[in-house]
Amino acid sequence: MDSALIIEKGIFIVVIFAITMLMAMYSTLAERKIAAWLQDRIGPNRAGKGGILQPLADGLKLFAKEEFMPDTPNKFLFILGPAISMTMALLTSAVLPWGDKLEIAGHTVILQATDIDVAMLYVFAVLSVGVYGIMIGGWASNNKYSLMAALRASSQLISYEVAMGLSIVALIMMSGTMSLREIAAQQEGMNWNVFYQPLGFIIFLVCSFAETNRTPFDLAECEAELIGGHHTEYSSMKMGFYLFGEYAAMFISSAILAILYFGAYNYPGMSWVAENWGANMANILGIVVLFIKICFFIFFYMWVRWTIPRFRYDQLMNLGWKMLIPLAIANIVLTGVIIIIADKYL
Amino acid sequence: MSLLTIFYILAAVTLATGFMTVISKNPIHSAIYLVLCFFSIGGHYLLFNAQFLALVHIIVYAGAIMVLILFTIMLMNLNKENEPIKSIASVLAAVVAFALLCFVMLAVFIKAMPQIENYQSSGQDYQSIKVLGKVLLNEYMVPFEFVSILLLVAMIGAVLLSKKQKTVE
Amino acid sequence: MSLDTISLSGRKKEVSNKKMNFWESIYLVAILKGLMITIKHLFKRKVTIKYPEQIREFSPVYRGQHMLKRDEKGRENCTACGMCAVACPAEAITMTAAERKPGEEHLYREEKYASVYEINMLRCIFCGLCEEACPKDAIYLTESKVIVKSASHREDFIYGKDKLVMPLEMAIKNSKSLN
Repeated sequence: MDSALIIEKGIFIVVIFAITMLMAMYSTLAERKIAAWLQDRIGPNRAGKGGILQPLADGLKLFAKEEFMPDTPNKFLFILGPAISMTMALLTSAVLPWGDKLEIAGHTVILQATDIDVAMLYVFAVLSVGVYGIMIGGWASNNKYSLMAALRASSQLISYEVAMGLSIVALIMMSGTMSLREIAAQQEGMNWNVFYQPLGFIIFLVCSFAETNRTPFDLAECEAELIGGHHTEYSSMKMGFYLFGEYAAMFISSAILAILYFGAYNYPGMSWVAENWGANMANILGIVVLFIKICFFIFFYMWVRWTIPRFRYDQLMNLGWKMLIPLAIANIVLTGVIIIIADKYL
Repeated sequence: MSLLTIFYILAAVTLATGFMTVISKNPIHSAIYLVLCFFSIGGHYLLFNAQFLALVHIIVYAGAIMVLILFTIMLMNLNKENEPIKSIASVLAAVVAFALLCFVMLAVFIKAMPQIENYQSSGQDYQSIKVLGKVLLNEYMVPFEFVSILLLVAMIGAVLLSKKQKTVE
Repeated sequence: MSLDTISLSGRKKEVSNKKMNFWESIYLVAILKGLMITIKHLFKRKVTIKYPEQIREFSPVYRGQHMLKRDEKGRENCTACGMCAVACPAEAITMTAAERKPGEEHLYREEKYASVYEINMLRCIFCGLCEEACPKDAIYLTESKVIVKSASHREDFIYGKDKLVMPLEMAIKNSKSLN
C-alpha cells in the first residue's frame, strides 16, 4: 500500500469524523429548534445569531458539570459504556459512500473510507455490538433501575435488529451485492430502491427509529417519566457521550436510509450535469444532494418525535415480533417470486 | 508493521482474554472477556482475508449470543454468596479432563504439522460472498438445507418451551 | 331534548369503540394525518415575545407598583388618613402623619400629609383595595406601569416615598396637559 493512499484515506476519515461530529452537534440544536417550531415557539435564540452557537454552549455546560461517579466496583466498565456507544455510532461511517469519485490533479479520489465487499454485514455487526454500550453502562452503574432500563433498551435493540436484517435481505436479493458502493451506483437516475422496495423501506424505517432509540420507540429513556433509563447514574461528559452518540447514530442511520433506499448521491439529470459541467461538478452536486437527503431524514426523525406518542412496552414487542418480522419475511418471499418471474418472462 | 506482528498481538489478546474468561470470578467480567476474545478471533479471520466469516462471526457470537448470555447473567444475579461450592472430586475430575484434552490437542498439533506444508491455490476468491454463496448453494446444498432445518426446529422448540403450558383438567 | 344531545360548546363528539379495520389497525394513515398537522404548525406565526427586546403591553387594568399621586398643581394628594392601611388585607402599608408648615402649600394639597409612607412589597398582594379605600384619589396601582423588581435583601422591598410618589416630570406633564 503506498503512503499516498494512506494519507488520502487518513484525511478522508478525519473529514468524515469531523462532519459526523458537526452534524451530531447541530442535530441537538435542530432538535430543539424544530420542537419549538412545531409547537409554535421560537426555540433557543440567545447564543449567537438565531442560536447558532447553542451547541457550543451546551457542550461547555456539560464539560463544566460535576463529574459524579456512583459507588460502583466497576469503574472501568462504567467509563467503557458511553465510550462503546459513541465509538459504535461513529464506526459505521467507514463503509458509507459519501459520493462517487473526484478527480483532483489527475488523481482519482474515491469518496468512501473503505469499499468492502460485505459492507452491509459490517453495518449490522457494528449495530449489534452497539448494544453492549447500553448493557455494560447500565450494569456498571450499580443501580437496579439502571440495570432494568438497560435490559429493556437492549431487548428492544435486539428485537428490532432481527426485523431490520430481514428487511435488508430483500434489498440485497434485488441488487445482488452487499457493497454499499455498488448499491448506490445501481440507483442511477431515479431508480431509487424505495420504488422497488416500499414495504422493505417502511420496515427498515420503523426499525431504524427503534435502533436509534427515537420516539415513538424511546422506551430506553422515556425522558418524561423515567429518570433517564440506562444513563441515570451518568453525569457530565459521560452522559454527554451517551446523548451525543445517539445523535451521531441518528445521522448515520439517516445516511444509511438515504444510501440504501433514496438513491444515495444520485439525482435526476446527473448525466446531463456530467456532460455539460464536467464529472467533478456532477459528483460534488451528488455529495450535496446526499447531504440534503440526510438532512431530510434527520428532520423526519424529529418531525415524528414531536408528532407520535410513545409505545407501551408490550406494543413495542408485538410490533417488532408479530408485525414487522412476518412482514419482512413476506417481503423476502415476494421479492424472490418477483425476481424469478422477471428473470423468466422479461 | 508486518502481518506476523499483528498475528502475535491478536494471538496474545485471544489467549489472554480466553484465560481471563475462565479465571475471573465475576460472571459478567468473564462474559465481557469472552466478547473481546470473539473480536480477536474475528481479527484472525480478517488476517486470512475472510471478511465474510469475520463479520458473521462478530454478528452471531458477539452481537447475538453473547448479548443473550449477558442478559441471562444480569437477570440471574449471580453473586459470590450463592455460588455453589464444588466438591474436591469434581475439581479433580475437571483437572484430569483438562489435562487429557491438552494432551489430545498437543498430539493433534504435533501430528498435523508436516501435513500443511504448502497450500494449493484454486484461483477462486473464496472471501467473496458471491463465490461463497454459489459454493454453499450448489456443492453443499444438502448440508446447508439440513442446517437451516435444524435451526428452524430449534427455534420452534424454543417457542414451544417458552409458551405457557395449558393445565389439563 | 335529552341531556346527551346537548352540546354547549358545539364541539361535542360521540366516542365510539368500534373495531378498527385493517388499514386503521396499521396506523399508517393516522400517522400521516398527525404528521400533516404538526408540519402545518411549522409555518404558523410564533406566539413567543422575545422579552428583553420586546415587552408585552400592559393591560389597562394591570396592577403594578403603587403610585402616590400629585394633583394638577404638583401637590401630593395623600392626607395620611390611614384608610388604605386599614383596608389592606396583607397589612403592607404603614405611614406617619405630619402637619403642613406654612410655606409648604405648594408641596401638599391639604394641611395634613404623610411624612413617611411605606409599602412592604413582599407583603403586598396587589389586590387594589387601598386604591378603592382612598378618599383622596391619592394611591393608584394602575398608573405607574412598573413591575416591582426583585432584590436580594428584605429591606430593599420596603418602598418609601422616594419610590412611590409620582415623579415631578410626570406631574409637570400632567399640569401642562390640563392647562
